[in-house]
Amino acid sequence: MNLISLSPVDLSLAALLVLALAGFSWWLRLGMERRLLVAALRTTVQLLLIGVILKALFEHVQLAWVTLTALVMLAIAGREVMARQQRRFAGWRGYGLGVFAMFVSAFAVALLALLVIIGNRPWYQPQYAIPLLGMLLGNTMNGIALGLDRLTTGAWQQRAVIETRLMLGQTANEAIADMRWEAMRVGMIPIVNAMAAAGVVSLPGMMTGQILAGAAPFEAVKYQILIMFLITAGTGFGTMVAVWRGASDLFDERERLRLERLVGGKS
Amino acid sequence: MSIVGLSTHTVEAINLELAAGECVCLAGPSGAGKTQLLRAIADLDPHHGEVMLDGRSARNFSAHEWRRAVGLLPAESQWWMDRIGDHFSRIDEAQWRALGFSADTADWQVSRCSTGERQRLALLRLLANAPRVLLLDEPTASLDPVSVVRVEQLIADYRQQQQAAVLWVSHDAAQRARVAVRELSIEGGRLREAA
Repeated sequence: MNLISLSPVDLSLAALLVLALAGFSWWLRLGMERRLLVAALRTTVQLLLIGVILKALFEHVQLAWVTLTALVMLAIAGREVMARQQRRFAGWRGYGLGVFAMFVSAFAVALLALLVIIGNRPWYQPQYAIPLLGMLLGNTMNGIALGLDRLTTGAWQQRAVIETRLMLGQTANEAIADMRWEAMRVGMIPIVNAMAAAGVVSLPGMMTGQILAGAAPFEAVKYQILIMFLITAGTGFGTMVAVWRGASDLFDERERLRLERLVGGKS
Repeated sequence: MSIVGLSTHTVEAINLELAAGECVCLAGPSGAGKTQLLRAIADLDPHHGEVMLDGRSARNFSAHEWRRAVGLLPAESQWWMDRIGDHFSRIDEAQWRALGFSADTADWQVSRCSTGERQRLALLRLLANAPRVLLLDEPTASLDPVSVVRVEQLIADYRQQQQAAVLWVSHDAAQRARVAVRELSIEGGRLREAA
């Protein structure tokens, strides 16, 4: 490894840039300085925490601990999906929707990659398992949150259209079809764009990291391609599952539109 | 159609018999629950009580079959595709002509139609489903006098030919007198026979 270790002074210099940005935000009355600083603080604390956890995991490679870490990550991702929607399903229905979709997409894809493609021994080697799952969750989370947000906002705004279609004898499935189609597309667009721009406009983070750590560029590229494909599949299927279930959760067993199941709104 | 003990959060214990071919008008102040009652009958809102068509409970229909048989025309028409004709399951030219349209109207753009045109087209769209019961929520509210007469005539013809029952919400006392066999009013969520 020829990685150059960063000193606290190096990090402080970068932190000064964020502080300067917060200063400008205050000066221009953007009202972002508080959120900026809180987010920066969260990044620092959360990453330090995961550093400690990963260090401990690497020293005691046990399936139970890896699973526990993975489940905690999933639970937090589910909360994040909820937080990113303007209107969301109330209570467990909303939380379960995101978690379920990420479970069947990000989890399944990560397992497939670990067991079949990478084939490490043991397969749950945390050095591979946790970062892989992290990248998958982070991206599927985006797609699912975007897709669900579009679905629920769309249903809210076009309530009258959906109900008119119901009044004309369409099934709930037909009445929501346009909105579901649109929501699925919206959820998938960022990852398709990311694939299209990869390497030309942006050097993806994982590849950059591997190259910084001294990996041969071509090995890093192969991993990045693998990850891109996994993320795309995970995001795509996750978004489809979440939007499909979300769309049917908007209706009850008598095919009535039940928007009171949503909470939140413009603040 | 018979309605027994129908209640929602705005209307209470509504009982109503609507014979085939009968037209009943419903009046009442804004917010009295007229629209809510129609929505509950069409099973668009959760409700208590029973609605039956020819002795068969709404529960024994699938929800979309029920709404095909019991057609609700909302006060404001909604369109979701660009072309008028794409919203129709079939086009009955005689009905279209009766409201002043022709087969060419199917190619019109929704965005170019006036509110009144859309309201008349929405009625035609609903009739294309051949509903057995019509629930009309102020179907002539934004129409000119000539169109009002045409719409009233078309509904009367449809009612007689198909032996359809009609429940008609109207604010216009003269119109109620013209079209209704029976008049009801709703106040404070309760239904009463108008004098």
